[in-house]
Amino acid sequence: MTAPARPAPPIDSWLTERYLALVSDSDEAGAIELVGELHDRGVPAERIIVDLIGATQRRIGELWAANEWTVAREHAATAVSERALAAVAAHPTGRASRGRITLACVDGEWHGLPARMLAELLRLDGWRVDFLGASVPGRHLITHLHQTGPDAVALSCTIPTRLPRAHAAITACRATGVPVIAGGRGFGPGGRYAARMGAHAWADSGETAVARLATAWPSRPVTDLPRLGDEEYTFLVRSRPELIATAMGRLIGAYPAAHDYSAAQTESTVEDMGHIVDFLAAAIYVGEQEIFTDFTEWTTGVLTARGVPPVALRTGLRLIRDQLIDFPAAVATLDAAMIL
Amino acid sequence: MTLVAPASALLQAAIEAAGEGMLLCDAAGHTVLLANAEARRLVPGARLGHPVTGPFPDPGADSFRCEFEGRSLAGTRRDLDGAHYAWFIRDETEQARRIAHSEFLAEVGWRLSTSLHVGRVMRTVVELAVQHLADTAMVVLPPHRRRSTWTRLLPRRAVEEGTLPERLLGDVPGLIESLDGFPPIPSRWLDPAQAPGWLLPAELGPVGAMLVTPLPGNAEPAGALILARHGAAAVFGEEDEALARVFAARAGAAIAAATLYHEQSETAAILKAGLLPPDLPVIDGVELAGSHHLHIGGDFYDVFGPAGDDTDTVIALGDVCGTGPEAAVLTGQVRQTLRVLRLVRAEPAAMLRVLNDVLLGSGRRSRFVTMVVGAVRRVEHGRIRLELATGGHPGPLVLRADGTVEEVAAKGTLIGVMPLTDIQPATVELGPGELCLLYSDGLTEARGGPAGREHFGEDRLHRALADCAGMPAAAVVERLSQIASDWLRGGQSDDIAMLAVRAPARTPLSLRGGGVPEESPFLIAARRGDRRSRARS
Repeated sequence: MTAPARPAPPIDSWLTERYLALVSDSDEAGAIELVGELHDRGVPAERIIVDLIGATQRRIGELWAANEWTVAREHAATAVSERALAAVAAHPTGRASRGRITLACVDGEWHGLPARMLAELLRLDGWRVDFLGASVPGRHLITHLHQTGPDAVALSCTIPTRLPRAHAAITACRATGVPVIAGGRGFGPGGRYAARMGAHAWADSGETAVARLATAWPSRPVTDLPRLGDEEYTFLVRSRPELIATAMGRLIGAYPAAHDYSAAQTESTVEDMGHIVDFLAAAIYVGEQEIFTDFTEWTTGVLTARGVPPVALRTGLRLIRDQLIDFPAAVATLDAAMIL
Repeated sequence: MTLVAPASALLQAAIEAAGEGMLLCDAAGHTVLLANAEARRLVPGARLGHPVTGPFPDPGADSFRCEFEGRSLAGTRRDLDGAHYAWFIRDETEQARRIAHSEFLAEVGWRLSTSLHVGRVMRTVVELAVQHLADTAMVVLPPHRRRSTWTRLLPRRAVEEGTLPERLLGDVPGLIESLDGFPPIPSRWLDPAQAPGWLLPAELGPVGAMLVTPLPGNAEPAGALILARHGAAAVFGEEDEALARVFAARAGAAIAAATLYHEQSETAAILKAGLLPPDLPVIDGVELAGSHHLHIGGDFYDVFGPAGDDTDTVIALGDVCGTGPEAAVLTGQVRQTLRVLRLVRAEPAAMLRVLNDVLLGSGRRSRFVTMVVGAVRRVEHGRIRLELATGGHPGPLVLRADGTVEEVAAKGTLIGVMPLTDIQPATVELGPGELCLLYSDGLTEARGGPAGREHFGEDRLHRALADCAGMPAAAVVERLSQIASDWLRGGQSDDIAMLAVRAPARTPLSLRGGGVPEESPFLIAARRGDRRSRARS
């Protein structure tokens, strides 16, 4: 005896709103119940992962950027989504028929959920998946490759400041003979930086990664070993503490409003200075000004949402620039950002 | 058409003595006027009085390099007197073969050196063999527990892998000998027709030649390489066999190295399994979360879930002195001792006292440890009671529902140093959504920050934890790991141990803040349907 066939419900805005409300309340049980119910109603696990959990995760990022959500709330909601994803993944899939793949987030990359979603999508597609988690140190990854000998490695990087680490990981993976697919916004528009770093392929979403790995993988043999970074990059990384300290020392002179900053405000200004140096270093490393100008554009939006005037960021850029006059690439990059 | 006067015998002799092939032609009709023996050997179709045919390019081109009738030829055209020209032809077959061999061996070198995984190395071996040596290649490893692992690449197929029983190895002529390390049998003595179907499926058509070569390893054979060329007339020449032996020597070394690595890492994995952080048990009414990627030796944590009629969960987090294997061994001893003490239901403070005696009794100096041990018990209304004892360790922190952070007042001296320990345990209660964090001083002493030299410090930790109010335990640990890693700016973060215990937050009972939309008509209908079908079944 079977229950009458009922069409699987589409994942519509009503469902995504409801799911968002559950995760924003940290209602783990409710979120798990909802995805379980959708699964029982015949909604394919892929759709739940991509259209419900993934889409909501993007919304949460927007809500944080718009200063509607605190970081804590964002983290709590993400934790609930991780549990909901685990509940979807708990349902058995078919036999692993494709091969073995290792998934990892680049060292220092803490956004683990997108990679975890990809892990589940690949499992559903018949891969045997080893998911190593968020922020995987390079040597842990390489040890794992030598011990398991997978057919592919998928590396996730959503923040461009992690690109030098990503490059080191890609190079090391290739040295073990395992082809690499890169994923995540960190690799730039169209995955431009992924190719520059020697990855065999790039995917902009979990679904395209699954499709890319399902057909003629790996596509092209990559034999060139790109060398990136130069002495300007090395200087920026080495002298990061001095750059920040000097900039902070001159801050009140350049931006009198900083005189009244609370300890917390000062601390976050120090953090922002650090971000400026880090994104600048990444842009120089990869040789792409766009990495830096994208960062300043995005930061302007985030700061505006928090009531910080754009001139504050501009002051920070100038304070860093004044210390780098002997470094033409760094100056050109900072100038490009200040014109915007 | 006019022929030049017959060359003098001396001229003819000089031309014949030249090392290169020479072909003298008339420029008008492109007919061959004179050819030496080397030219006739390299271009058999060149006949006196006939038009020039062979590997030559169209009139106008002055040189060529190509494959012609199984040889690599290179030629240069020289005008002689306007009415005549000559082709000078060199046989570069041997040179091309040598270049191809050295390029092949260079590729073999780097491709085989990349992986330490046996399966991957075997795949690379058959791929290289099929690219350069044969139409089909198969690697067979010596039998292990009466089965042999194999990897095979057939024409126009993907690499296949599997195992076969030892008794089948005798089906392939020369295979057992090769696996025993005897020198290879020349291909001409092996009858490919005797090859079994599991090696060369019948649908591949006739196989002309087969070659079985041992893969030399570390003191014992690493396996055997079977090569086959398809087509009834195919053979392996002496040079092919020699090249296959050179290739096999490198392939064997790579497989042997990977096998050794596998054996050693397997042993290490077994030893490490007891030292890595445990998989946390799932306990009703208690949320647990621990940090990942912990370095072995040094910091550790452990959780012992309810056992039998003992409903307490015991948690422990500590930091042993020193680093490396010695610290790892000490960690293992401490964890094992705790496991035993938990079975006799020792209280946390008693556990630390016994542990102190154990470490002192081991008779070795400077084996001390700082740690926190806690007994976790569920009490009424979704609350959790923790009894905590510390020995020289940073006090655990409690995150209250309103974001207040308190340090637990438990006190105690270092474990393993003094015969008498002073341990004053403390009890804390967590309401729903409240959390207790055990951490090692790797967290507060993490050096970094904007200046690069500053300790992360307790104040920052308190503030960071206060921001985590309301988060699930896993999210708290992950967030603190992230903040510490950012602080360290990618430096070593694997000596930071954290273990969080939380009383699960109550699920909101009402539609808080009106943020949750009305129940979906679809879901209500679906639930009703559920009940109906359950009732019927």
